[in-house]
Amino acid sequence: MFKALTKLLGNAVAAFGAITWFLLRILSQVPRALLRPGLVIHQIHNAGALSLVIIMTCGLFVGMVLGLQGYDMLERFGSESSLGSAAALALVKELGPVVAALLFAGRAGTALASEIGLMRATDQLVAMEIMAVDPFRHVVAPRFLGGVIALPLLTMIFIAIGIFGVQLVGVQQLGVDQGTFWSQMRGSVEVDDVMQGLIKGCVFGVACSLIAVYEGYVAEPTAEGVGRATTRTVVNSAVMTLILDYMITAVML
Amino acid sequence: MQQSRTTEIVTGAFVLFGFAALFFLVTQITNKEFTAGGAGYSLLANFENIGSLKVGAPVSMSGVTVGRVESISYDMQQYKAVVSMHIDAKYNRIPDDSDASIMTAGLLGGQYIGVTAGGSDQYFKEGGKFAIVQDALVLENLINQLVASFAGKKSDSAEETKK
Repeated sequence: MFKALTKLLGNAVAAFGAITWFLLRILSQVPRALLRPGLVIHQIHNAGALSLVIIMTCGLFVGMVLGLQGYDMLERFGSESSLGSAAALALVKELGPVVAALLFAGRAGTALASEIGLMRATDQLVAMEIMAVDPFRHVVAPRFLGGVIALPLLTMIFIAIGIFGVQLVGVQQLGVDQGTFWSQMRGSVEVDDVMQGLIKGCVFGVACSLIAVYEGYVAEPTAEGVGRATTRTVVNSAVMTLILDYMITAVML
Repeated sequence: MQQSRTTEIVTGAFVLFGFAALFFLVTQITNKEFTAGGAGYSLLANFENIGSLKVGAPVSMSGVTVGRVESISYDMQQYKAVVSMHIDAKYNRIPDDSDASIMTAGLLGGQYIGVTAGGSDQYFKEGGKFAIVQDALVLENLINQLVASFAGKKSDSAEETKK
């Protein structure tokens, strides 16, 4: 029992060590990867531009449901005029970064992990090494960078569309006064709050991209292994996002 | 290379869109002025205390929004807050002896300016000034008064029992 526990703990620590080494190896290749921006741009396209539709759709509906629920809740206290500030703060500081990161892990993280995992399974990574082409420079680092750049931008788009959704339901449908809505929002949201959302987006971007490329890179070179790597990417990204979210909030609040 | 050209354009559009969203968030939902648009005229009112009235708050008559608070400043001569309101052009028959008071929507809601029509047959024109105003209700002052009146009553009754 005790032995099993120490083994489990040892495995967990070893996994953290391995992923840290992996991150350092990526970071050492980042300057070289940036010298060839074509690869990075291609990955921003894959991770960011192709996630745009899902991010915008979900942002709109999260905002709209926030408008409905927020209105219903605030109306019980007779303060539905604070809908703007309540919904905007919730979106900017929590919902936007977290939901965008979860969607990103599902949409882009899985694609990254399975792509790299398949490269491993079909010996493409080994072939690169034989040709003296560093797979970190040409495969891993550009994908990591693409994700890190894309997620903060996706987060901002998610929040902006979300606020539009709140406005759509709250002002257009439920009849909160437009000027009150915006002036209450402006009165309570500070630039620092937006920056906190942006910082969260950046941190989640690093975490989700790192987990995705790591799981893909260390995947077992079988069809089953690639499938497992994809699953682990989503699960680990979601757990990591929520843990980091708590930590950042505790530090920055 | 043709395919990578499309990729570059799409990526560029995505990045620009992302920065536009950030710009929108920083400039539009944070503490910036709300511009009241449309044709209309401005009215002024001096208040001793405006509470938490904000630029963009509605100006309402009998519950109907007729305009917006345009700007709030402080008059160092009179030591009063100066509130400038933008009234919609179609509400051009507000009597010039109307009064303006700062009211609160709901218990914790935002504050707005309520205008009650007077009886004069002269109407407000551009730059007109409300002569009769009522300040925002400051909850702390109200509670203080309440506490003071309770305390006063208590000591009174205490004295009475002594007698």
